[in-house]
Amino acid sequence: MSDKHLSTQFDAELSGISNRVLEMGGLVESQVAQAVYALTQFSGETATHVLRAEERVNTMEMEIDRDLSAIIARRQPTARDLRLLIAISKAIANLERVGDEAARIARTVQRLIDTGVSSRMRLPVGDLSFESDLAIAQLRKALDAFARLDTAQALEVLRADDQIDQEFEGLVRKLITYMMEDPRTISASIDLIFVAKAIERVGDHAKNLAEAIIYVVKGTDVRHTSVDAIADAVR
Amino acid sequence: MDARVELPVGEKIKLSVRDLDFYYGSFQALKRINLDIPEHKVTAFIGPSGCGKSTLLRCFNRMFELYPEQRAEGQVLLDGEDVLHSKLDVSLIRAKIGMVFQKPTPFPMSIYDNIAFGVRLFEPLPRVEMDERVEWALKKAALWNEVKDKLGQSGSGLSGGQQQRLCIARGIAIKPEVLLLDEPCSALDPISTGKIEELIHELKTDYTVVIVTHNMQQAARCSDYTAYMYIGDLIEFGPTTELFMKPKKRDTEDYITGRFG
Repeated sequence: MSDKHLSTQFDAELSGISNRVLEMGGLVESQVAQAVYALTQFSGETATHVLRAEERVNTMEMEIDRDLSAIIARRQPTARDLRLLIAISKAIANLERVGDEAARIARTVQRLIDTGVSSRMRLPVGDLSFESDLAIAQLRKALDAFARLDTAQALEVLRADDQIDQEFEGLVRKLITYMMEDPRTISASIDLIFVAKAIERVGDHAKNLAEAIIYVVKGTDVRHTSVDAIADAVR
Repeated sequence: MDARVELPVGEKIKLSVRDLDFYYGSFQALKRINLDIPEHKVTAFIGPSGCGKSTLLRCFNRMFELYPEQRAEGQVLLDGEDVLHSKLDVSLIRAKIGMVFQKPTPFPMSIYDNIAFGVRLFEPLPRVEMDERVEWALKKAALWNEVKDKLGQSGSGLSGGQQQRLCIARGIAIKPEVLLLDEPCSALDPISTGKIEELIHELKTDYTVVIVTHNMQQAARCSDYTAYMYIGDLIEFGPTTELFMKPKKRDTEDYITGRFG
């Protein structure tokens, strides 16, 4: 198939909006990385930085939404073009929530610092950073797959999601032992469980993004479908 | 190309096209068309100029026979009866399969007579019943309120959109079974187009409607099934939503997304 439309302007609009999605994706990805860094270093300054970026993410979401409506109204897209725009609409909602999760982590960091929690308490923040590495890698991979509309890579993202879920469960078990051993860590441990949950949600959003990519390319809605069935649909 | 689709259960086939070839002299304009058109549904034909969609439409009521160098081979079955080889008088076939053209073609007579003319050919109705039939047809075509006070005036004095609705009224006045619309809105403004599309939607409860259109969005808006044709071949045929959301063929996708060239 020729990938070009008769209207070069339409091509420019579509690639323009896709690039904005990737830009937004890059922004929230670094937000998550910084939020987790703020946690491991107990850096209030970095946490504040993350919270400031949230506003930009929200603005981007609204701008992309506005451009989407304009393209739909002016071009009346069909088939793959229409699916791409629908997928973008979902993708940016997911990315915006990734930004929310990052902000949630940043706020938790600020609270921990305010309540006097520090690295001296020997909480398993390193494990959280491992979980977040996985989630960020998933997000990056999903965005990458989105840029190239690569279903094989989208499928890899879907397959790897379990790993983050297991990591999350492992962390919860570990934090429970901390709380049992030293009740003074209970409050901070609960905060960390929420952080771990936020990171796990980032992985879920990457997964949603991957599903949207398959929808664009194959026209099949693969949400709420087992990974093996999705693999069949992609083949 | 065989692009027959499995019609949903309960869908009755009104028109069947079987192995249809069509020639303008030595030029073959349709190649082995096979297709089932369901009853009481709107079926749209789309495709670039010269793809054969209007030619196919003109086979359905043997309109092409007006030109000696044109010929069709194969079958067009109306309720199982072959239209192309029927012994029936061709005007009787056209009474069953009515047609409306791209440009409004009102007869040079009064609005009333435009409708009554065709009816008189087939049914000698008494005056009162004829009045009722004219009113019925004009109401069906959503034109009655605009013309009821000037039925005696010339049909050519109406606006383009009104003239086209007059032609549709004329077409349905003889109560055909199938209504063929060949680019019915291409000469009309968006408001008139909207009225005709609304009308098409209402007509399908009584008729099987087949529409040829250059306007893909129109096909998307008002048809139940859509067929995409390209240089004499039927490329894809299926439920309209499916064809516009997830076409099965690359060629169809390229065309409807504007990548065709």
